[in-house]
Amino acid sequence: MNSFNNNVRRDILKMIHGAKSGHPGGSLSCVEILSVLYNKVMFVPPEWKKSPDFQKRDRFILSKGHASAALYSTLANKGFFAHDELFTFRKLASRLQGHPSTRLGLEGIEVSTGSLGQGLSIAVGIALALKLNANSAKVFVLLGDGEMQEGSVWEALMSASHKKLDNLIIVIDRNKLQIDGDTDDVKSLEPLDKKLQAFGWECMEVDGHNEDELENAFNVAKSSGVPFAIIANTLKGKGVSFMENNVGWHGKAPNDDELKRALEELNA
Amino acid sequence: MLKKTLEIKSPRNAYGETLVELGAANKNIVVLDADLSCSTQTCKFQKVFPERFFNSGIAEQDMMCTAAGLAAEGKIPFVSTFAMFATARCLDQIRNSICYPRLNVKIVATHGGVTVGEDGASHQALEDISYMRSIPDICVIVPADYNEVKQVVKYAAEIYGPVYIRIARTSLKSVFDEDKYIFNPERAVKICEGSDVTIVTNGETLCEVIACAQMLKDKGISAEVLHVPVVKPFLAASDVIESAKKTGMVITVENHSIIGGLGSAVCEVLSQNLPTRVLRIGTPDCFGQSGEQRSLLEFYGLTDKKLCENISRYLEKR
Ligand SMILES: Cc1ncc(C[n+]2csc(CCOP(=O)(O)OP(=O)(O)O)c2C)c(N)n1
Repeated sequence: MNSFNNNVRRDILKMIHGAKSGHPGGSLSCVEILSVLYNKVMFVPPEWKKSPDFQKRDRFILSKGHASAALYSTLANKGFFAHDELFTFRKLASRLQGHPSTRLGLEGIEVSTGSLGQGLSIAVGIALALKLNANSAKVFVLLGDGEMQEGSVWEALMSASHKKLDNLIIVIDRNKLQIDGDTDDVKSLEPLDKKLQAFGWECMEVDGHNEDELENAFNVAKSSGVPFAIIANTLKGKGVSFMENNVGWHGKAPNDDELKRALEELNA
Repeated sequence: MLKKTLEIKSPRNAYGETLVELGAANKNIVVLDADLSCSTQTCKFQKVFPERFFNSGIAEQDMMCTAAGLAAEGKIPFVSTFAMFATARCLDQIRNSICYPRLNVKIVATHGGVTVGEDGASHQALEDISYMRSIPDICVIVPADYNEVKQVVKYAAEIYGPVYIRIARTSLKSVFDEDKYIFNPERAVKICEGSDVTIVTNGETLCEVIACAQMLKDKGISAEVLHVPVVKPFLAASDVIESAKKTGMVITVENHSIIGGLGSAVCEVLSQNLPTRVLRIGTPDCFGQSGEQRSLLEFYGLTDKKLCENISRYLEKR
């Protein structure tokens, strides 16, 4: 496994273990998506506001804010802030809040999220503003598949195609699980691709753990004339055998022994 | 009325268990949840009555109005999710589709207050009582422990009309004896008599206040503790006024913003009937943050020790 992704996964597990709380499943499922975005697709200077090119940065919104551990560890491994700070995650007075917050000035955090179903509408606002400002930056949003059940997501999807926001690209982390079980049992999304297309979006389905497929999809997305959705098929808990595809690991911290076993697997 | 030995029990379990009892007794009871059925414990009802359980998925607003529809056809829906999403997310739905038509919907929200813990501000409902209290025709209840939750949930099923019940995430000391305590929506529960100061509280902070009153006693301060589970309609007003008459000093304590909740309800009643100095303790005008439950309670001055410290300092200065 790619060492960047492996480091991110190890950090996610250590952070959640240290906080005795957090969301391993949905964090581990989006590691490759974030990795490709931050390493290959987006322009985002780790110097953040200190960069002279700050305004040109591509915007990233983690709409599924509970995957904060994945975003924080990706950012730290890219040098946005000190790696040590990761282990203040979810503790009193930390800049690494349980769900991303812009209040504490953490480098790399574009908007505050955590209440599901709001990130895409915020992204539409940002995309509109970028167009008004003749700024060619793109807006990337990561959504959970369960999150797609929120009606507001579909309001935003409609707005984006209505406004022809070709600067907006979303990724749906299609790990097929939410909290109460399989997304298709709780409230089915299918046929997801056809629904998105019917809402005026171009759509592509990829293996969300295959970096080449992801990178290719982003390249296609960037040159699309309409808003673009990537359905990334993933495994919740990817990389740790006992967490994979196991709904019980949505929002639970590994204990000492589980952390040890998980890290051993990632070392192998 | 009060328990001698304090067992720690989960108020959320009390909710789930009571739903099953209610469901067995009345076929019109239906339950809705939005992908948090294990957290809210509505999963207990789902197991026994799957055909009367509806999971809306992560779609709280949809769920709230679906409950309105079920109620319009004579069902008695219990709707659950976290207090943040039940109230803030669905305020318009609750106001316009449930309370305005005065439909028989019971909103039972868990994870109220800062004790949501590590999830942080986005999940900590510090304003839910304030939102709910400002809507006409809804009854707002903040029960304090396992035994009281059971009675309050049954009471909600018995009365007609919208009800909001806020339940803590935390497992709490059981204060009330299940055989001797009888929930009365019209009264304040006098936990202990006192003469120097009246402390009014409810919900999760009751057990902290009880311990605090003991600490104050050791310092020579005699506190009268009132538990007021029903914040609206505020029928316990006369009990609060009577106690304030005696002590001349009132302090409110709640795991909620000092704006719009129990503290405000007490101030509204006293200012009209018996102008009295009131110190409101709760979260100040601020958002919450991530942290371990107990350290957050301490940070916001809501543990027994912090309450005792702050209250005695306040009384000294007076
Ligand atoms: C509005 C709102 N409702 C409920 C929640 C609680 N919640 C957090 S994560 C989650 C499930 C998310 O499922 P999904 O979007 O599929 O994410 P993933 O499986 O990738 O973790 C829920 C219901 C929330 N954060 N926001």
